[in-house]
Amino acid sequence: MIKEITCIGCPMGCRITAEVDGDRILSIEGYTCNIGKKYAQEELTLPTRMVTALMKVYGTTQPLSVKTSRPIEKSKIFDCLKEISRHTVMRPIHIGEVLIKNVCGTPVDIIATKELE
Amino acid sequence: MRNVDILIIGGGPAGLAAAVSAYEAGARNILILEREENLGGILKQCIHNGFGLHTFKEELTGPEYAQRYIDKVLEYGIPSQCDTMVINITPDKVVTAVSRGAGLEHFKAKSIILAMGCRERPRGSLATPGWRCSGIYTAGTAQKFTNLKGLMPGRRVLILGSGDIGLIMARRMTFLGAKVLACVELMPFSAGLKRNIVQCLDDYGIPLLLSHTVVDIAGRERLEGVTVAKVDPKTLKPIPGTEEYYECDTLLLSVGLIPENELSTMAGVKISPATNGAEVNENLQTSVDGIFSCGNVLHVHDLVDFVSEESAKAGVNAYKYVQGQLAEDEETLEVVNGFGVSGAVPQHISKKLDEPITIMFRPRGVYKDAKVCIDVGDVQAAEKKSRILTPGEMVTLKFTPEYLRKNANADKITVRVEAQQS
Amino acid sequence: MVDVIIIGGGVVGCAVARELSRYSLNIALLEKTDDISNGQSKANTAIIHGGYDAHPGTQKAKFNVLGNKMYDQICEELDVPHKWNTSLVVSFSPEDHESLEALKRQGIENGVPGLSIIGQDELRKREPNIGSTAYEALLVTNGGIVCPYELTEAFAENAAMNGVNFYREAEVTAIEKEKDGWKVISKAGTFTAKAVVNCAGLYSDVINNMVSEDKITIVPRRGEYYIVDKKFCDAFHASIFQLPTKMGKGILVTPTVDGTILIGPTAEDIDDKTDTRTTPEGLAKVLKFASLTWEHIPARNYITTFSGLRAHCDRNEFVLGEAPDAPMFFNAAGVESPGLTSSPAIAVYLADRITDKLGAKKKDDFNPIRKGIPKFREMTDEERAMAISINPDYAKVVCRCETVTEAEIREAIRRPVGARSVDGIKRRTRAGMGRCQAGFCTPRTLEILCEELHISPLEVTKFGGNSKYLDSYLFEKGDHEDA
Repeated sequence: MIKEITCIGCPMGCRITAEVDGDRILSIEGYTCNIGKKYAQEELTLPTRMVTALMKVYGTTQPLSVKTSRPIEKSKIFDCLKEISRHTVMRPIHIGEVLIKNVCGTPVDIIATKELE
Repeated sequence: MRNVDILIIGGGPAGLAAAVSAYEAGARNILILEREENLGGILKQCIHNGFGLHTFKEELTGPEYAQRYIDKVLEYGIPSQCDTMVINITPDKVVTAVSRGAGLEHFKAKSIILAMGCRERPRGSLATPGWRCSGIYTAGTAQKFTNLKGLMPGRRVLILGSGDIGLIMARRMTFLGAKVLACVELMPFSAGLKRNIVQCLDDYGIPLLLSHTVVDIAGRERLEGVTVAKVDPKTLKPIPGTEEYYECDTLLLSVGLIPENELSTMAGVKISPATNGAEVNENLQTSVDGIFSCGNVLHVHDLVDFVSEESAKAGVNAYKYVQGQLAEDEETLEVVNGFGVSGAVPQHISKKLDEPITIMFRPRGVYKDAKVCIDVGDVQAAEKKSRILTPGEMVTLKFTPEYLRKNANADKITVRVEAQQS
Repeated sequence: MVDVIIIGGGVVGCAVARELSRYSLNIALLEKTDDISNGQSKANTAIIHGGYDAHPGTQKAKFNVLGNKMYDQICEELDVPHKWNTSLVVSFSPEDHESLEALKRQGIENGVPGLSIIGQDELRKREPNIGSTAYEALLVTNGGIVCPYELTEAFAENAAMNGVNFYREAEVTAIEKEKDGWKVISKAGTFTAKAVVNCAGLYSDVINNMVSEDKITIVPRRGEYYIVDKKFCDAFHASIFQLPTKMGKGILVTPTVDGTILIGPTAEDIDDKTDTRTTPEGLAKVLKFASLTWEHIPARNYITTFSGLRAHCDRNEFVLGEAPDAPMFFNAAGVESPGLTSSPAIAVYLADRITDKLGAKKKDDFNPIRKGIPKFREMTDEERAMAISINPDYAKVVCRCETVTEAEIREAIRRPVGARSVDGIKRRTRAGMGRCQAGFCTPRTLEILCEELHISPLEVTKFGGNSKYLDSYLFEKGDHEDA
């Protein structure tokens, strides 16, 4: 089967064509750098995404922005969002602070992306 | 009247990068004026990732990217005055600003960097027929409501226009539990970045309807639905009989950005109809001596990294100007937009150019297996191959002074695309 | 029991309220929507008509000419900007010369001063951007422009200062004859009054027909408009009409007192009195006909489009005065164009009759002076510095396009008959009326409304009713600790 993937590694947005047979990757073409090749391999085996979200801060309706410390399995995005929505954090918060360890049982943490005094 | 060497108007990504680079070049008497309460500009609400790959070689969110520059500004001790609105700039560089703290102030600047950013095109300018109900927002306004204020604009969303903010908001609204019905784009191609189409629409099964537009808006009070129709890709006129009704309570607009140049105009800066920003030379200097422009107020960029890069140049050049080291513009060549090219920046290049410069522009359409060329006079001076060009992504092209010397009699520089339109 | 109930908070109702507030009377004004100036008065052509247009002997002709003459004093007293920019009625063919002459004769008969016909050279000297087929024009020197909603607000504020009580969201559902007056049942309560004035605009037939057998019918006549960016404020100086037709005064192109250019309106009779939609056909028609006057309308510089409904009466005439079979019930019905121009004169006419019947006396303490909200954008630097030192909110520019400060927005809410919605603020301050059409200032305007009115952001509306902006909070404020 032929799969079309648009690389998102950089603004080039290379169109990558891959031939797969079940779990086996037969060929990958169209990438211009290794980021593209790696991205295509990941998309074909275990796609991942960075997730950015909003978290409740104690005592205010204004949210804190957070992100995953690294890409998380695509299939777990909504579970991850659900877990984030169950948390409330206290000020002060600094960029990079770990707010949730091992979100959804993955090795990925949720960290703050905003300074909040 | 306060005297300032380099006065920077706007504390968003452009202003911050300009301030940092001016300082690093040696400038000490710098002042940033920012109208909002905090530095960072629009990045404060861009909580998604994807910023900084070029600048920091890592993927940051908007607030993190801004913080890197804010930290530098603090480290260097560059003064900034927030909550301060500039209301006038004169051609001789007297700036009037108001703030709660200081009231009305005048600044006399040796050099000014315009870094006011841009704003979104509203519904009114599209003249879409229908009701004038609530529930219609520009994507950026909705983004401010969700990401900064913690307020949800609506539950069933349609997006008109496929600019990046619209695509980003499609995903954000989905994350926040809303149903995003479709993203509707008038043109046969998207105005947004590839990766945003993939990661914000495709990932969540949100259809991108190219060559479609909203032809009617229903809802006496709050929005109740919109009618979408196909358009003829050539005339861009709706095709009768193709109408489809979408029930929704929210319409987000992502139909373009307009550089915010009211102040530039007051200062007598000449505005280019192609970019809606200032006309600048290779030093990013505008038609008014000592006034520079950079970032989205100069021309709308696709990536903040390019804003930072451009603004850093403006910062250095402003300092050179203050030091009297910036060569006076004697004779310049006009940069002409050739086939497939829209809004090339800079618009003027000195005949005595001595360093390589970058020319930036947006392709007019989608071109495959294309070549981007620069002609000095009638002689082709540079070319760069590209497998795909799209209006959503800016093209940058190096231009080196040797071409000017090779063809000293040339009267203009033309930037053009060589390709079949796809 | 009150002395007078005025039904309708448009320009006529508010002008009547102000005129009656000169007298020792207890007056209530009932407005159906959440704000005054919310119907015809907010969406019209904003012209002070010269008075050449209506047939001699009609109420329209009479009150147009009378009202026109009152504008200098009214605008002076109420601090409302207006401008005698002149009107031009342009013809596009030599054959139309006689029609222009006829119009001029009609104007002279109506008592309009200073009418003359000008030729090509004079026309092009005055208006260099006029379309190439423009042939000659009737010059109307007493034609002017005014902001209709600002005038309405000014009438209302001055009336409220002088004791008139305003009730909003007070739609009148029934009127019953009482022994010595009228019982008016509204959504804001039941009132009894010695006299009732019907200024209900599009609904003036409904109100009249509740009490009188002398039935009238109001047909909503829709007009669609474009507004062009301030950048083009110099494109035209006069209000440029095209020779009128049966369906209205044709499409005109006119500067507004706010510096934009207004183009419109169409004239389409419809069935629904609430249908203020714009239509593809209507908008196309505006541009098609306007292009005779302005050949190169700058397409990418529209800041908005809108439509307004005119209260066209089946009698094609204003219905003014006491209803023949309903004593102490007064009509100002079917007041369509030139209604804005006529409103001050209509108010005096009705007030004279009502106070005569009630035997009301003039008050000693009537104050005719109302000051507008000081506008930051119009101040000199010295005035700005002073304004900020007195009220630091003047330093906070909320609407960048129109340079409107937080001080102005707060005052628009705090004033008598103040703003309650985002559109209400827009009409009182111009915040959100500029080229970004409230994209940037809406979130802040919304917060200010919440602070001033002590409401939640979820309750803020664009124009009352269910025109809410926001669905919900992402996070409830009720704090819970993480489990």
